[in-house]
Amino acid sequence: MRLSYPGSVRIIRVPCTGKVDVLHILRCFERGADGVYVVGCREGDCHYQNGNFRARKRVEQAQQLLDRIGIGGQRVRMCNLSSSDAPLFVRFAEEMHAAVLSAGPNPVRTALESKKRAPPPSGEELNA
Amino acid sequence: MIVADKKPIEEIIAQVNDVRSVLILGCNECVTVCEAGGKKEVGVLASALRMHFLQQGREVNVGERTLERQCDTEYLEELRDSIDAYEAVVSLACGVGIQFTAERYPSKAVYPGVNTCFMGAALERGVWAERCQGCGSCILATTAAVCPVARCAKRLLNGPCGGSTAGKCEISKDVDCAWQLIVDRLKALGRLADYEKLSPIKDWSTDRAGGPRKVIREDLRS
Repeated sequence: MRLSYPGSVRIIRVPCTGKVDVLHILRCFERGADGVYVVGCREGDCHYQNGNFRARKRVEQAQQLLDRIGIGGQRVRMCNLSSSDAPLFVRFAEEMHAAVLSAGPNPVRTALESKKRAPPPSGEELNA
Repeated sequence: MIVADKKPIEEIIAQVNDVRSVLILGCNECVTVCEAGGKKEVGVLASALRMHFLQQGREVNVGERTLERQCDTEYLEELRDSIDAYEAVVSLACGVGIQFTAERYPSKAVYPGVNTCFMGAALERGVWAERCQGCGSCILATTAAVCPVARCAKRLLNGPCGGSTAGKCEISKDVDCAWQLIVDRLKALGRLADYEKLSPIKDWSTDRAGGPRKVIREDLRS
């Protein structure tokens, strides 16, 4: 089909979305990701019965936590599709890309970058 | 097990907002099973706190550690060499572990990371219910293994009150009447005659009413 999707998306493969934990999602943001979306099988089609339902719950937990610490729960999403539905995969990627653009950069990444740019502390500050 | 629930992150942030280093301390026992304070929850809380502090432009050392238990001295001693690196500790153990950690390390500020709720069992994933109040004088032998102290809102020991309707308690339609459960079980066990036996007045001095309690086993003491 040779469809293209935004180059900002980096794919991390997991055996089942049921493997994805809140911690995995948070670590992405801690390392500077602007958004995370978990793409699982269609609801009711999970090979392991309920892996995608568990993933949805965890995505919701991550959304709540990110809202509360000021990063924004809208940066995390759960999407469901059939593995053969490439056009829908592309649509999800484009929607997520747009959502991240409208949310702006991850404040953690901005903080990490400004920390890197900051001049090293002077001797006096180190001794303080 | 002892059932605990997560504390809102805002409350934890308010507790440790001024520290320069904090250890998030989990426990591998009850709070791990009820998914409130195990290794995974330690990781999630530590990650959230690190992101919070980064946004504040503050450099705070957020450490992670999970002990086998926080209610035993032997395991708490494992922290001895590393705890000095931290100004404060957020313990995700039950109230027992939190207090025991603070007793063991008196110079450290120890904050609770969970709300300890009760002694209970898992009815299904994500649902826990109280089953024991630790009254110190178990009467389950006479009540067909259903505890009226923990499960009857009025702690009645000789049959239900007038508020029992269709097997439910008057406090909520979602709460079973403990005495209905007892009668049903006695019937199923063919012991309904036991229901007629009067329970003597319970000695509540072994309950919390007698003040903080201790169990002393001379056969075990060294």
